[in-house]
Amino acid sequence: MEKLVLTEEETMLADMARGYLDGAAPVAKLRKMRDANETHDAALWKEMAEMGWAGVLVPEAQGGSDMGYAAANVLAREMGKTLTVSPFISSAVIAATALRQVADARAEAALARIAAGEATYALAVDEGIKFDPEATQMTARADGNGFRLSGKKQFVVDGAMADRLLVLARTENGLTLFDIPADRAGVTRDRSNMIDARDAARITFDDVEATGEDVLGQVDQAMNVLKPALMAGQGALAAEMTGLAAGAFDMTVGYIKERKQFGVEIARFQALQHRAAHLWCEIEVTASAILNAGRMMDADPENAALAVSLAKARATQTATLAVQEGVQMHGGIGMTDAYDMGFYMKRARVGAEWLGDYSYHAEQVAAARGF
Amino acid sequence: MSAETTPDAFREELRAWLEENCPQEMRDGKMTENGICWGGKNWQFTSDAQKQWLERCAARGYTVPTWPKDYGGAGLNRAQEKIFHQEMDRINARKPLQSFGIWMLGPALLHFGSHEQKLHYLPPIARGEIRWCQGYSEPGAGSDLANVQTKGEDRGDHWLVNGQKIWTSYADKADWIFALVRTDREAPKHKGISFLLMNMEDAGVETRPIKMISGISPFCETFFTDVKVPKDQIVGEENRGWDVAKYLLTHEREMISGGGEGLSGGGRALGAVINDTMEGISDATLRADAMRCEIDSLAIGLTLERYKDQAEAGQGAGDASAMLKYMGTELNKRRHELMMTAGGSDALEWDGPLGNRAGDWLRTKANSIEGGTSEVMLSIVSRRVLGLPG
Repeated sequence: MEKLVLTEEETMLADMARGYLDGAAPVAKLRKMRDANETHDAALWKEMAEMGWAGVLVPEAQGGSDMGYAAANVLAREMGKTLTVSPFISSAVIAATALRQVADARAEAALARIAAGEATYALAVDEGIKFDPEATQMTARADGNGFRLSGKKQFVVDGAMADRLLVLARTENGLTLFDIPADRAGVTRDRSNMIDARDAARITFDDVEATGEDVLGQVDQAMNVLKPALMAGQGALAAEMTGLAAGAFDMTVGYIKERKQFGVEIARFQALQHRAAHLWCEIEVTASAILNAGRMMDADPENAALAVSLAKARATQTATLAVQEGVQMHGGIGMTDAYDMGFYMKRARVGAEWLGDYSYHAEQVAAARGF
Repeated sequence: MSAETTPDAFREELRAWLEENCPQEMRDGKMTENGICWGGKNWQFTSDAQKQWLERCAARGYTVPTWPKDYGGAGLNRAQEKIFHQEMDRINARKPLQSFGIWMLGPALLHFGSHEQKLHYLPPIARGEIRWCQGYSEPGAGSDLANVQTKGEDRGDHWLVNGQKIWTSYADKADWIFALVRTDREAPKHKGISFLLMNMEDAGVETRPIKMISGISPFCETFFTDVKVPKDQIVGEENRGWDVAKYLLTHEREMISGGGEGLSGGGRALGAVINDTMEGISDATLRADAMRCEIDSLAIGLTLERYKDQAEAGQGAGDASAMLKYMGTELNKRRHELMMTAGGSDALEWDGPLGNRAGDWLRTKANSIEGGTSEVMLSIVSRRVLGLPG
């Protein structure tokens, strides 16, 4: 078993990320973007690419920093604390992991563009209201040497702004993953007006042409490429949500130390002390599951599924608790748009659904544990 | 086995040793009350295999694998300790010996004891020859533990101890007791306590079992009437016993939280345990609850590992033991509620088709009280970790 302790490098990375994000992407930035109806900050992403974050999982030969999954989770966690808006999980984690499963010149070129911040990706999997890749209905009909894609996707996170789409579709004998430009003829993107003010889209594919070149990995064998990519994304999202929980928690503890009622700081009341202490315990326990998932993805990805689903299930529960307790302990002010707690609550809800909700991952854990 | 042995070589050697030396009967991972070997002068082994297993492990230092060899351990480092537990779990081996000496007094002596005390007291613990009990709580000192009133008067070469302890686990079966005794009545309450070691066979020591809701009497009242305790039977300095007590409490809390016994029933998934009685869980609500319990159990187990790794890396975990104790015991109560639900009416009989399931379930209700209540744990986290005003 790998050591469940942050290395010196990881601690430094976290400190460096925190310092940068507090300046470049505080929660106020999200508010500003929400108010301006913007869902992508190209300048911020460019800087992240320069710091090696966009290439965190890209090999050095393609210009990446290749720091591994535990390091990617460290970054995701810090971004979660202040609700940073970026295509980090979609592009730097999910797409990079998918592309790494394929050893050809085209994939290498794509990885180089991700690392340089020149190409962003979105993963188009969901068709119904819940995450269920195996149930994909969208078709990729064989047509000459290529395919024709027809169908609808929803909750394509970062799908309105992304340059490219990873699309899961049903081929003759299974599922196939396609990597196509988002502006290809026949692709219609409708930006979703998301509660968390982040980018997502409903996308219609109307007889979209795809060549054999556009297939990522093997035809009918999408899961060989997609499964590791999903696990990477789920792990990073869990890390983000744990960071989110920690951010909401810090804000809440800060507030109850300041807020006075009955002539004293409300932090003196045992009812609130015990609620805050319980929440801290939950966050602490979830942090262990996150670290373990990163270590497993780096050391033994073939056997990391249990660790990843455990992390996502715990992170979903913990983030949900953190934002609910956050609003409750803030009282009325926590319900106002002027206060930031609402942003945490809305992002936690979106994160809970993305890439599999609590029930989905609990079932994965149950299956792995012989239920 | 030296600390320089490579992990793979260590694992291979250990695996071969276990294969040869762990009796088949000891490979059922039995964690219930009657599967435990507590040791002590009066211990009655439940089988030859149990005796053999204890003796073989003790000879290798495997009853206390991380203790130094001089004191009866195997001197394993953290990496080797992990492998040791993995290999024990792999063959579903029972722990050869469990005791308060191992969980609580041992760590305190290793930290605060003199070299002579360590040499004198630790090896008999490791070999399962002396069984210890803990004299902490008193009728007026529960959550307010530092309020102990049992007094020790200085009589030159000994202390004269008088008073009463309560909730003394297995006092009626123990050979020795480690106890908190007030040796300075004038000092502030935390500063007048000493940590004394006493022989239960000494004149003036009397125990009375307390019958609990689980039907058994694991706890006792213990009375001291003019008990003479020689001066060399103190751990740490006179009147500084609270430091020892607190240190020991962190180990007790880790033990109760699962550090000593393993949270998921010797590594077995809760679902598997429930499956044994339900032959596949058809009850969707129970299944969902069991899944949640399993998820929390795995995550808390990882947290325990993480804190051990942090401690080894020199990153202090502070008051983590309070968190682990709170989370672990609340989880264990949930777990046993689910086991009862899974058992249905079979679980409602004393010594029925499911053995002592009801007794085990009732016993868990003390988990969040003993060693500091859940509320005390939350207050510790609130004050020492979150820095909220007391």
